[in-house]
Amino acid sequence: MAEQQLQSDDGLLDRFQRAAFQYFLQQTNMENGLVADRSRKDAPASIAVVGFALSCYPVAVERGWMDRAEAAARTLVTLRFFYNSEQSEAPDATGYKGFYYHFLNIKTGKRVWQSELSLVDSTFLVAGILTASCYFDESNQDETEIRDLADGLYRRMDWRWAQNGKSSVSQGWKPECGFLHYGWEGYDEAAILYVLGLASPTHPLSDDSFKEWTSTYQWENIYGYNFLYSGPLFTHEYSHAWIDFRGIQDRFMREKDCDYFENTRRAICVQQEYARRNPHEFKGYCENFWGLTASDGPGNKTLLLDGRDRHFFGYAARGVPFGPDDGTISPSLAFTSLPFTPAISLATIRHYCEQFPNITSEYRIPGAFNPTLTDAKPEGWISEGYFGLDQGMMVMMIENYRSELIWKLMQKCPYIRKGLRSAGFKNGWL
Amino acid sequence: MKRDTYDFVIIGAGPAGLLAAHRAVSRGATVALIERNLLGGECLNTGCIPSKTIIRTSRLYAEMRHAEHFGARVPSGITVDFPLLMERMKSVRARIGRQSFSARQLTARGVDIHLGQAVFVGPTAVRVNGKSLRFRKALIATGSRPIIPEIPGLVEAGYLTNENVFDLTECPRRLLVIGGGPLGCELAQSFSRFGSQVTIVQDEPMFLLQEERDAAQILSEALARDGIDIRLNTLVVNIRVENGEKIIDLVSEGNKSTVVVDEILIGVGHQPNVEDLNLQAVGVEHDTKTGIRVDDFLCTTNSRIYAAGDVCFEHTFTHIEDASAGIVVENALFRGRKRLSALTIPWCTYTDPEIAHVGMYVREAQKKGIVVNTFTVLMHDVHRAIADGEEDGFVKISVKSGTDKILGATVVARHAGEMINDITLAMTSRIGLRRLAQVVHPYPTQAQAIKMAADAYRRTRKPRIKRRAK
Repeated sequence: MAEQQLQSDDGLLDRFQRAAFQYFLQQTNMENGLVADRSRKDAPASIAVVGFALSCYPVAVERGWMDRAEAAARTLVTLRFFYNSEQSEAPDATGYKGFYYHFLNIKTGKRVWQSELSLVDSTFLVAGILTASCYFDESNQDETEIRDLADGLYRRMDWRWAQNGKSSVSQGWKPECGFLHYGWEGYDEAAILYVLGLASPTHPLSDDSFKEWTSTYQWENIYGYNFLYSGPLFTHEYSHAWIDFRGIQDRFMREKDCDYFENTRRAICVQQEYARRNPHEFKGYCENFWGLTASDGPGNKTLLLDGRDRHFFGYAARGVPFGPDDGTISPSLAFTSLPFTPAISLATIRHYCEQFPNITSEYRIPGAFNPTLTDAKPEGWISEGYFGLDQGMMVMMIENYRSELIWKLMQKCPYIRKGLRSAGFKNGWL
Repeated sequence: MKRDTYDFVIIGAGPAGLLAAHRAVSRGATVALIERNLLGGECLNTGCIPSKTIIRTSRLYAEMRHAEHFGARVPSGITVDFPLLMERMKSVRARIGRQSFSARQLTARGVDIHLGQAVFVGPTAVRVNGKSLRFRKALIATGSRPIIPEIPGLVEAGYLTNENVFDLTECPRRLLVIGGGPLGCELAQSFSRFGSQVTIVQDEPMFLLQEERDAAQILSEALARDGIDIRLNTLVVNIRVENGEKIIDLVSEGNKSTVVVDEILIGVGHQPNVEDLNLQAVGVEHDTKTGIRVDDFLCTTNSRIYAAGDVCFEHTFTHIEDASAGIVVENALFRGRKRLSALTIPWCTYTDPEIAHVGMYVREAQKKGIVVNTFTVLMHDVHRAIADGEEDGFVKISVKSGTDKILGATVVARHAGEMINDITLAMTSRIGLRRLAQVVHPYPTQAQAIKMAADAYRRTRKPRIKRRAK
């Protein structure tokens, strides 16, 4: 860790970013391009993680970690798999109506765990597909095929069907029970879903869908910050991995004299302020120790620690300031927050390196850790292995901080531009 | 000697009927009150009073178990004495019944009480126990009863509702609660604290569907801390009895599971008591699900007949029954023009922490095109809440953007039901957040959270000193 302390910020970030990218080299089935949800043995593939992988390959090319031909080949294998996979109502198909099941068997590509046909995870997948389409812009056979397949995959997504006759969008569908009966309520990671859904040239979301969603927003003053509230921090960041929201505003943000980028900055400040106040007196919490989000956890159990009942959770959408909070934080958020709050994020990264050196192994960042759970080591409980979503977000957001590569690519994407305009965004780079 | 013609005939002696009877008779009206069951209705006998009484005992057990959190030793040998707590509940119920719902008091004040089923027999007449009573105006306040979901095997297995759960003599070892509304959540938490192994099943993604999602989130966590097995997005599809145990088949988004319990408590809502009154014959429009149709003056489609309380409202709260009964007396007997929509009605779910709300929800305001700003204070920032060890929750006050007009508020706190009154008073008196910030609250109190929210508003409106750049 002394080595880390001596490195420049950029040198340090480069090491962490490259280490995060290793996940996709190690966890991808080269025969179909599917990527494991997490690094644990027998983990299924997650379609969202595939979307992140596709978005990270251009970063790897630009950083010199992979040559362009290899990145294109990996991308092509992935796109061919999805294009040719079974789309039907069969319970073990890969997808239906152009969307895909959340979790797939990494070898066969068939649906597992009775998972849902996930609209938001399909969105992250297609966002990665469109990133590849924008990056691989040469006229050779492979890159031409990438662009053709990407367009075909996007065009066959039936967003209007996903509305199920309503203004809002359901969170998913299952062959066993049809549409899940809950939709998107309140601000969250779904902004890019609406943008891409509205831009579809074939089956777009209805014009009123975005307005319907934003009507469920809550603009709150918490700890002195006025912001569009959502608890878990990933909800403030995922759409921003692809879309540069700086200076562009929809109607809601125009009314608030804000934009979604600035909003995320404030959300991070609220997270930091919550950690500073540390209302539940968890170990470690301070201004350089924050980051509550959907993450792995120590498991559902109640323990008597220091004369106090502590209830811990397994995988849960932890959030600030209303909870749940069991003392578990996700260290990757310090990296994914870099574009919004560089000073806070860098101070936090260095704090982790100094105070919790054992959470990293060869610069790899785990899903979560919890110093409250045990006294044996300063870091307490550490999530086993690595999560593809965390690693993908780290690669993309460190890159957006360093070069804005993904943002610039997607600013060229006609579907992103059209979708943003359809949602009422104006100004800035639009 | 009871008369056979009255100014005012009231059907139903729950809170709405009783209050209307008191008000009408005190202003000189001749009043007949008809009740087919017990005076006091659901609130006294099977609702608010018994449930709040056992909730108090359940809080005590929870506090005893967590005594160290409050700087005290956990008492040794804590055992729940279920018969004792039920005995206290009955004693409290009887005392309040004597104080507020006694037939003798009503009779002494001149109200004629008729026990039996009322049936309308003409536009100005109702029959009870074979006797016809003529009226100038009538009030239907027959209340509601629990909805029993159509689940295969439920009737055969047997079930509890609020109508019989307070008759239990033993605490069920394993209890399934169907429904995540106020009743289901309150009783699930109480029985869990009495030692039952409780599973609560809700077919929606959160508890208390109409409340703020953060309030539901905090409640969900609180129930989990109490050891309740929470099954959201889950349906009960079949029930069967094997060896005296109730086997419950559940389905959640296509995934099947089974739980085994000793008792089942139903808490999925109420339906209005509109049957057996012969309402069609007197032109009173009604629906078995939504109840009697009334206008803003609480008049039914028969101008001589009014309705109040659960029989015509979506929200089944005793204080709404009280308020609506007052409106009916004014409008029916004294040519008043009081409107239900003019009332500002708060409500509260008495879980731990409590969840109280008044006014519009943010989503309702935004659907109407109103731009909303919400000022939120966490209870963990309130000194008294920290001192009390009661930090779970928040105060959220929403105003119309650019103004200090309070549109609504949600309070989640140990005593949210008490705290919401400050905000209700402000709304009723048209006091905005700016003036509310000037109200001095004693320090330290948990209600200071309300002033802190008002202060947060004021900080956003204060002019700031502009400094020239050097």
